[in-house]
Amino acid sequence: MGGCGMNQDGMSVIVRTVTRFVYGLILVFGFYVIMHGHLTPGGGFQGGAVVASAFALLLVALGTAGVKGHLNKHLLQSLEEVGALAFLGLAFAGIGTAFFYNLLANTGGGFFGVGVPAGPNAGVLNAGGLVPLMNWAVGLKVMTGIACIVIVMLVGARKEGTE
Amino acid sequence: MRKALLLVCFLFVTAFLLLAATSTRPFGTPNEAAMDDYFIANAQGEIAVNNVVTAVVFDYRGFDTLGEATVLFTAVISVLALFRKRREDEQWGGAA
Amino acid sequence: MNVGNFPFVIAALLVVFGLYALLFKRNLIKMVIGVSLVETGVNLFLVMLGYRSDGAAPIYTYANAGERMVLPTPQALTLTSIVIGLATTALLLSFAVFVHGHYGTLDVRKIKELRG
Repeated sequence: MGGCGMNQDGMSVIVRTVTRFVYGLILVFGFYVIMHGHLTPGGGFQGGAVVASAFALLLVALGTAGVKGHLNKHLLQSLEEVGALAFLGLAFAGIGTAFFYNLLANTGGGFFGVGVPAGPNAGVLNAGGLVPLMNWAVGLKVMTGIACIVIVMLVGARKEGTE
Repeated sequence: MRKALLLVCFLFVTAFLLLAATSTRPFGTPNEAAMDDYFIANAQGEIAVNNVVTAVVFDYRGFDTLGEATVLFTAVISVLALFRKRREDEQWGGAA
Repeated sequence: MNVGNFPFVIAALLVVFGLYALLFKRNLIKMVIGVSLVETGVNLFLVMLGYRSDGAAPIYTYANAGERMVLPTPQALTLTSIVIGLATTALLLSFAVFVHGHYGTLDVRKIKELRG
């Protein structure tokens, strides 16, 4: 299994040590950007891109041989389909009134139903109706989709180049 | 000869783009803003979010986000289908 | 400060640089970079269309009271455009990998000459 294989062994010890330290921090920051999408700049697409960059960092630093124990490609593919179906299901949730009707907004406390005072305020996490749930569905879809693309292209490029 | 013709066409397109960029409205004066003023004024009352851009993306203009999710899903499925392992007797682009 | 039309000229310059890379370079990867530059210029132009003078981001969390906000709709359209650009670039690079595996080179002039 020689040849000019793309990144079979990964990079040096310094890069691997720093990756192990920084990987969790990038994951936490990405989930923070997804979760607070209805309060601060960000949302599903932006936070999903941040988490996907953490997966790409893992792939580059550890190589294709070392990342097999950490990332499972079939699990990522299934999660991407779950994210797409969840977004479509949330769009159909308010079909009694209209397509994409916000079912849980302004229902008075409970599950994402708190009202928001008008004008500048400090941000209410429990508000928004279906918008935070859609943020999670789209974030899951984007991060697992980009991770799948990067893994398949790196492993496939090695095989296609040496044929 | 072909390179000279290509250069002339490229210069023509460059001149057209720069002329179009200098004949727009001045930077910072949008033309029609009635719909966006409605979004800014009513997003906190109807959707109960603080981020008006997220309200526009996921609630007021949710159809565009549905189309974008479809495009992303199609792209991921296409890349996964292109890099599938092939059997030994199916050559890549061989005799049908 | 009156900037006139200068930001729109910057976006047009990005598109011009991308077109130069797409027309005059022979490597497939450099052409993909050109396509990405054109998409970046168009996204920048789309965001710049929605700016109001002395405006702030359209977010109410910790905002100053009584401030003008920029238009949020072009920002939403740019999000869609960026994701579609990502999908296009991913498929273009996959085709470049297959072309290199089949022909052994990434030069577009040699791909026309060799057969099979």
